[in-house]
Amino acid sequence: MNQWKNFTKGFIKDNPVFVLLLGLCPTLGVTTSAVNGLGMGIATTFVLVCSNLVVSLVKNAIPDKVRIPSFIVIIASFVTIVELVMQGFTPGLFDALGLFIPLIVVNCVVLGRAEGFASKQSPISSILDGLGMGLGFAFALTLLGGIREILGNGSIFGLKFIEGDAMLVFVLSPGAFIVLGYLIAFINKIKKTA
Amino acid sequence: MEYFVIIIGSIFVSNIVLAQFLGICPFLGVSGKVSTSIGMSGAVLFVMTIATIVTWLIQTYILIPLGITFLQTISFILVIAALVQMVELILKKISPPLYQALGIFLPLITTNCAVLGVAIQTVSRDFNLLEGVIFAISNAIGFGLAMLIFAGLREHLDLMSVPKGMRGVPIALVTAGILALAFMGFGGLV
Repeated sequence: MNQWKNFTKGFIKDNPVFVLLLGLCPTLGVTTSAVNGLGMGIATTFVLVCSNLVVSLVKNAIPDKVRIPSFIVIIASFVTIVELVMQGFTPGLFDALGLFIPLIVVNCVVLGRAEGFASKQSPISSILDGLGMGLGFAFALTLLGGIREILGNGSIFGLKFIEGDAMLVFVLSPGAFIVLGYLIAFINKIKKTA
Repeated sequence: MEYFVIIIGSIFVSNIVLAQFLGICPFLGVSGKVSTSIGMSGAVLFVMTIATIVTWLIQTYILIPLGITFLQTISFILVIAALVQMVELILKKISPPLYQALGIFLPLITTNCAVLGVAIQTVSRDFNLLEGVIFAISNAIGFGLAMLIFAGLREHLDLMSVPKGMRGVPIALVTAGILALAFMGFGGLV
């Protein structure tokens, strides 16, 4: 039961983007379309799960004082793996996400979970926590990307359903801030009534 | 002329916060007051410039000659983390007043993606050292400019009667959106 809670809390209750407000840079930067959001979400989930697992395995071997730099090295190693894999297998997505792939290293969600959860809990709980948080992050990014794509481009997951131009501003940078602002307000409203 | 394009381009046209979405966390986190936002911008200017110089040297004289550029992410973030700690220590000894002003912001900068982002962009755009320094300084100025305007707006927002659900972060994000819209007016300048 408790393990199940570790997994599900990332979706709505402790959603990293909508509630904890972590990792906003990639959230705003890459969500020009649903596919980009989903790709970024999956990449981050992979890094989160792996780094959570390794951190919780080595937590007793790391002296307290060098804890943060060690976590950063662990995270950076997995980010490099993701970078190389994406470059090799999904070059299109790699180009679309660009700078934001190496920047997963400084994504506060990843370091936050390593420091706040995995450094204290068992490996199994840490994996579930990483998976839940990662999928919650991916869900938030896909939702935001989907809304921006529908409004700004008249398409969803690349399938166009409106002929001609849509409200282009939503794909550009101002749209990211405005859509996320209203989404957070909406989620606050849901959480209050629920 | 080349330098002029870099300066105007990074302060206004592709502003690091409002167009490239780097450094959003401090942008939203410490922009409640004008005074703290000035402190944060100063710390970013300081660290970003030094970090760009050091990472550029590492990239050019260590990673490329040895053919290990795939270690870029790891080495850069470690350098930045170590650098922030070092700057903190040195500042504490040499200039206590400056440390007083910037101190609390320095640890936050390690996870500020703007610093790593600028360092990576400097090497991926093949800037030479001088161009890199100018690029870093003007990006930091762009960051400071966005922070300052936004902090000023938020101080006024506190006095407004905002609908209940929109209070706090949501209205701040929508305000940032409108600010980004204003900055888009600079598009096509260079």
